[in-house]
Amino acid sequence: MTSGRHQDGDGAKLFAMAFLALTLLCLSQIGVQTKFSSSGALVAQPRFWPAVGLGGMMLFGAVHLAGLWHRRGVALSAVCGDAVRVGEFALWFMIYVWVTPVVGYLPSTIAFMLCLGARLGYRDGRMLGTAALTGGLIVLLFKTLLSVKIPGGALYEMLPAGLRAVMIAYF
Amino acid sequence: MDILADSLAILWRFDVALALLVGSVGGVIIGAIPGVGPAVAIAILLPATFSLEPIVGLTALLGIYGSSMYGGAIPAILINTPGTAVNALTTYEGTPMTARGEGRRALALAYSASFFGGVFSVACLVALAPLLARIAPHFGSREIFLAALLGIVLVVVAHRGRVMAAGMMASFGIFLNTIGLEPIQYSQRFTFGQGWLSGGVNLIVVVLGLFAISQAFILLRSEDDGRRPDALGGGILGGFRELMRHKRVASASSAIGVAMGMIPGVGEFTAQFLSYTLARRQSANPDRFGKGAPDGLVASEAANNAVPAAAMIPLLALGIPGEALTAMMLSVLYVHNVVPGPQLFQGQMDFVLALYIALLLLNVMVLVFLLVSTDFLLRLLAIPKRFLGMTILVLSFVGVYSLRNSMTDCAIGAGFGLFGYVLKRVDVPIVPIILGMVLGGIMEAKLRTSMMRVDTPMDFINRPIAFILFMLILAVLASQIWRALRGRR
Repeated sequence: MTSGRHQDGDGAKLFAMAFLALTLLCLSQIGVQTKFSSSGALVAQPRFWPAVGLGGMMLFGAVHLAGLWHRRGVALSAVCGDAVRVGEFALWFMIYVWVTPVVGYLPSTIAFMLCLGARLGYRDGRMLGTAALTGGLIVLLFKTLLSVKIPGGALYEMLPAGLRAVMIAYF
Repeated sequence: MDILADSLAILWRFDVALALLVGSVGGVIIGAIPGVGPAVAIAILLPATFSLEPIVGLTALLGIYGSSMYGGAIPAILINTPGTAVNALTTYEGTPMTARGEGRRALALAYSASFFGGVFSVACLVALAPLLARIAPHFGSREIFLAALLGIVLVVVAHRGRVMAAGMMASFGIFLNTIGLEPIQYSQRFTFGQGWLSGGVNLIVVVLGLFAISQAFILLRSEDDGRRPDALGGGILGGFRELMRHKRVASASSAIGVAMGMIPGVGEFTAQFLSYTLARRQSANPDRFGKGAPDGLVASEAANNAVPAAAMIPLLALGIPGEALTAMMLSVLYVHNVVPGPQLFQGQMDFVLALYIALLLLNVMVLVFLLVSTDFLLRLLAIPKRFLGMTILVLSFVGVYSLRNSMTDCAIGAGFGLFGYVLKRVDVPIVPIILGMVLGGIMEAKLRTSMMRVDTPMDFINRPIAFILFMLILAVLASQIWRALRGRR
């Protein structure tokens, strides 16, 4: 990713316009989505702070967009193309999230590291082995040692009783 | 004396010592890997500390927070890539020194200056504690509201050249915080009838998405360019001797770091730039700056390492975080049932002092660790970026999923990851979102409480501290408008 202070341009303009459109949409819904009772002080109204937030988004967003109007920088296609390519990794992440409660934390993490590693172009055994080992170590650290709340996989139910208990508790 | 004994008793436990060791060593390692940084690490580890005792979890995260900048100096000096964003100025002097074959000398000087800055700021904290204990009770709802408002204003104006974008994001954070069930009339706000929005947007999920997952995406889209530095010249133990030759620069930079750290929204960047500029202005050879001047390196490292301890002052005394890392530390405190604010200084001074001592100890531990492990840490610089991205993605899963075992949280986290990626791509700052969420919640609660006790708007600022804070807000806004008008001419 390229970065820098002055790369705002068409892509930034599109973002600012989309942000403003979303703000306008929320502002149009403020009467339906928040309550305003006739009694009580203004600052105690449930509608007050959403209005402050949306008002700020509108005001600052409009001035920000106006400031971008005559500048040119990163191409719209570059931002959109990047967002789509990054969307693929978001999808990978969500598949990992979906698979974990089914196959279990340890197998899914090792499989995720191996598959994503292969997708990224790591083909030699050393890198893939390191990826699998890293996945295993993360599971050991968080689930086995720190006992973070990640439930055992549904497939663990098919294991013999003793092994099943160990896998559910620690992996 | 009793308080000191109680504080030591809090820390004198094997699990606390282990947490401090793991946190400080882990912080150095994380800081030394370009592209990771303390924000990512704290965001990921935050949920993992929920199962630990408050002091254990807090100490571990405090260790990461306080020590990452030490590690960040390593790649900044050796491969011209700051390990954490606040080590940027270290590259100006560190890289030319390495090019001259003085890499070890530069590292030794950076470690010594960081240690000096860290210890200096803890000493200031301890010295200021009695004063804070006296002033903190004078902060009622309206003063805390005004301090939070000042924090938001400062965070926005600190983004020079991007003030409007920062204001837009801070307002977005305030809006995000209002989604869900509001606590007074128990009505739903902006849930669009969706059950999963009733509980609101979880701050930790947003933090993980914006900081950890978006960073993973950035790394996954990068090219692998892990660079091993060349062999280092010079000795590592002479750093303190050399630091003594720059003790004025180190003291002034540490003092600037402390002052900037205490002001919400300002933080390491401003401290570093001010210290560096001052050091160059006062130097007998200002032309050497940018070409490997040791005093420039000292100014940069002493200032940025003095900030974390000082940033704990508004956090602990008022519950006001000054930047993203302290906002995360605030959620750590809340999760562990430690409510920061004036009552903390009145009722739990031993706990506050224990945190200060922990900060002091971590500086010592980090220094010892660095002296024996620099050669090992150099290997971390060669980890491929995309491999790091994969690892951060897997670690982010632990952070988000272990909160409530919710796939919805993971989807929201991934959504904020994509959003954070786009924001970075179009150069819109992400930190104001987090501060808007945290400070917006504080402002909503405190304004509502304080308006019950005032008859006219002028009553709101009729107490000295409230009046001073109000005038400060006006002064910051006036200077910003003045600067904008002058820039237009």
